[in-house]
Amino acid sequence: MSQIVIENLSRRRFLHGAGGLTLGFCIPGLAAAAAAVAKAPTASFAANAFLRIGADNSVIVIAKHLEMGQGSHTGLATIVAEELDADWKTVRVEGAPADARRYNNLNWGPMQGTGGSSAIANSWEQLRQAGATGRAMLVAAAAQRWRVGEADIVVRDGVVSHPASGRKATFGELALDAAKQAVPTKVALKDPKDFRLIGQQANRRDSKDKTDGSARFTQDVFLPGMLVAVVAHPPRFGATVKSFDASRAKAIKGVVDVVQIPGGVAVLAKDTWSAKKGRDALAVDWDESAAFKLGSDEILARYKELAKTPGAVAKQAGDTNTAFAGATKVLSASYDFPYLAHAAMEPLNCVIRLGKDGCEVWNGEQMQTPDQHSLAQLFGIKPEQVKINMLFAGGSFGRRASKDSDYLLEAAQIVKAIAGRVPVKLVWLREDDMGAGYYRPMFHHALEAAIDSDGNLVGWRHRLVGQSIMAGSPMAAMIKNGIDPVSVEGATNLPYAVPNLVVELHTPTDIRVPVLWWRSVGSTHTAFSTETFIDEVAAATGKDPLALRLQLLAEHPNHARVLKLAADKGDWGSPLKANAGERRGRGIAVHESFRTIVAQVAEVTVKKDGSLKVDRVVCAVDCGTAVNPDNIRSQLEGSVGFALSAALHQQITLKAGRVEQDNFDGFELLRLNEMPAVEVHIVPSSAAPTGIGEPGVPPLAPAVANAIAAATGRRLRRMPFNTGELAI
Amino acid sequence: MIKLNVNGKSHQVDVAPDTPLLWVLRDTLQLTGTKYGCGKGLCGACTVYLDGAPARSCSTAVSSAVGRRITTIEAIDADRIGKVVQAAWRKLDVVQCGYCQSGQIMSAVALLAHKRQPSDADIDAAMSGNLCRCATYQRVRAAIHEAAKALA
Ligand code: FES
Ligand code: FES
Repeated sequence: MSQIVIENLSRRRFLHGAGGLTLGFCIPGLAAAAAAVAKAPTASFAANAFLRIGADNSVIVIAKHLEMGQGSHTGLATIVAEELDADWKTVRVEGAPADARRYNNLNWGPMQGTGGSSAIANSWEQLRQAGATGRAMLVAAAAQRWRVGEADIVVRDGVVSHPASGRKATFGELALDAAKQAVPTKVALKDPKDFRLIGQQANRRDSKDKTDGSARFTQDVFLPGMLVAVVAHPPRFGATVKSFDASRAKAIKGVVDVVQIPGGVAVLAKDTWSAKKGRDALAVDWDESAAFKLGSDEILARYKELAKTPGAVAKQAGDTNTAFAGATKVLSASYDFPYLAHAAMEPLNCVIRLGKDGCEVWNGEQMQTPDQHSLAQLFGIKPEQVKINMLFAGGSFGRRASKDSDYLLEAAQIVKAIAGRVPVKLVWLREDDMGAGYYRPMFHHALEAAIDSDGNLVGWRHRLVGQSIMAGSPMAAMIKNGIDPVSVEGATNLPYAVPNLVVELHTPTDIRVPVLWWRSVGSTHTAFSTETFIDEVAAATGKDPLALRLQLLAEHPNHARVLKLAADKGDWGSPLKANAGERRGRGIAVHESFRTIVAQVAEVTVKKDGSLKVDRVVCAVDCGTAVNPDNIRSQLEGSVGFALSAALHQQITLKAGRVEQDNFDGFELLRLNEMPAVEVHIVPSSAAPTGIGEPGVPPLAPAVANAIAAATGRRLRRMPFNTGELAI
Repeated sequence: MIKLNVNGKSHQVDVAPDTPLLWVLRDTLQLTGTKYGCGKGLCGACTVYLDGAPARSCSTAVSSAVGRRITTIEAIDADRIGKVVQAAWRKLDVVQCGYCQSGQIMSAVALLAHKRQPSDADIDAAMSGNLCRCATYQRVRAAIHEAAKALA
């Protein structure tokens, strides 16, 4: 943080049209580059900053992170507006352009991007300073104009005033003068007790546009002359085009061109429907000699074999061999997790236009810096010549954070194949989006627990088998000694005090199904196996699941606090009434991910035929300072529904290498009638904020599985749950 | 040429008669509030009204919409219930990514038009065909009740 300085871009180039104050951050040493940016036309000049105050009294926060539903734009704007003392009603948000010098994710180094529930966490100090600096310059401008001391000036709700003389000015009235002020080198940040927006309800900035149809997603971009491309993708991963016949496709009205690209054959048409009809009319002969041809059952069989052999050691503490040799009871269980599609409601798409000076991209853009590099390499231009317009994403859950720019490159290859003649909107239909891979990897876990004669948990062995996500990503360097940290996150940092513990990992490299981070990544599976297995330990030692957890969390008071809050609000220990023929149960789970701790208590009802309803989920969360409590609630509600979809319904399966699901009939999302009542309780905290987009997902499935076990005595260890096993 | 009446305006479109209404609205008329989610009548993102009744525009050939009143999210605020529902959605901050929300609102307005005070069971029946990957369902339900209160 210390090397970040604030510069006043308005002084470099005075804003003529939209006059006002613009503040940006710049890393020293790159001042020349920043100056070059500042010489750009007004429109792009203004975008290179976090805050723009217009003479028209507009307050615009420039968000460096993608808004994909998680509320980042509102949260980022809240932080700036708080320190600025802006009128929240007048605050608007714009997506930042791609520029890692200014808009990098401070958690990731010199890289711009959104992910790992880091938007608020990495921006917290940065945006507080941006807001406070803006405020200080408005105050300085007012003091100068009114010839009064700065200390006697008050700022509130977008109005600067001098109570002693009764003078007042809006931000807009001061903006042009503020732009001429020296940038203060040091600004005082507010004492949290003076927060008026942070910790309060600040309504979402995108609610209006998302309720009247005007919000703009990539799918909604139209450019003059633009063609829509729909692609015939290979039927199996690794298959390539041998030959194709486009004559029938070209005969379809609206179809303009058909081109081969590395990943298939693209049909370009004047509109989406014509492009789809053209794609469906293509006759493609695929070369499948090098294609991946295993099915899910065969992959799982291999994983189970691998799990019998020692893997790379991800974590070791104490002496597990001795602990297990001396145990009076050994428990063991294994768990299976399928591939999962992200299945955002907006299927993947991307718009690219090639011009003389470079290329311009319109996208719900999540990985600016790596994507700039990928496209620059393809077009033979410099990364800074790849201009990216960040639009809303209709969900992502990790999918738009492509680890190899896959869908952006596909769009670019099509543009290249037509020599950049016209802009292209690549549209993946739902079937493409679901079938073309980049799934949450399939995993198999084997766990063993050693219990001594006093009923204490003395040993823990956890072996995981699954593909690496980091391999082939810009973060591949994080793989050390055969351990991809995101394969074992949540397992290696088991919070429970177990004196002898080993976590081992097998990472098969011959399974060529593309895999990717999926909302909460490794914790999607590690939370399930660890939090249901600890429940089994509780049952085997005759302890209450909450009491055992609390006993083993002596060293983790934050976990214990969150767990107790959830238990308390979730009526842990009080009886549940069941109707005749129904079984009911309550389950609990706690998990830390992205430095946020979430505990959930789930209540379930199981009918005679095994059918299941999750009635209620009570969540407790510690995510540091609650910047926007209502958004925290919203994210946890959504996370519960998202995670329950996976627990109850979802799997991507392969048969002889072919993906078997292609739309929402085969890969079901939770429906409104299945949504449990969700309550959220936030642990008060003055610590810096941590993430909220993902951490609500991991504890849900284990809490539900534990509730099912409490109701029925049956342990479900495979996702999605086979509720048929619960029939009586 | 096909003649359509969309949001009270008449349009002539030059498209194949089998083109789904969804793509005519989006690509030809650039009324992009109506969304594509599945193309198979499975998600509800494309919900519009034909003569006041909700329909999945992805599964409605444009030819079958000829001579009917087509209403999209862009015109829902011309309707009293539509306005009230939008206000409830904004008050409760229902949206997350927002992509499904045009469809959710169209279905919610249709429900309230027929049933001013819907029960939870009514909401289940009317809204379970509108998928939301962000799972905003709890707030969808609450906003419908909120709108019902305002309409009472
Ligand atoms: S796009 Fe029409 S129902 Fe999904
Ligand atoms: S708000 Fe994202 S799909 Fe519903």
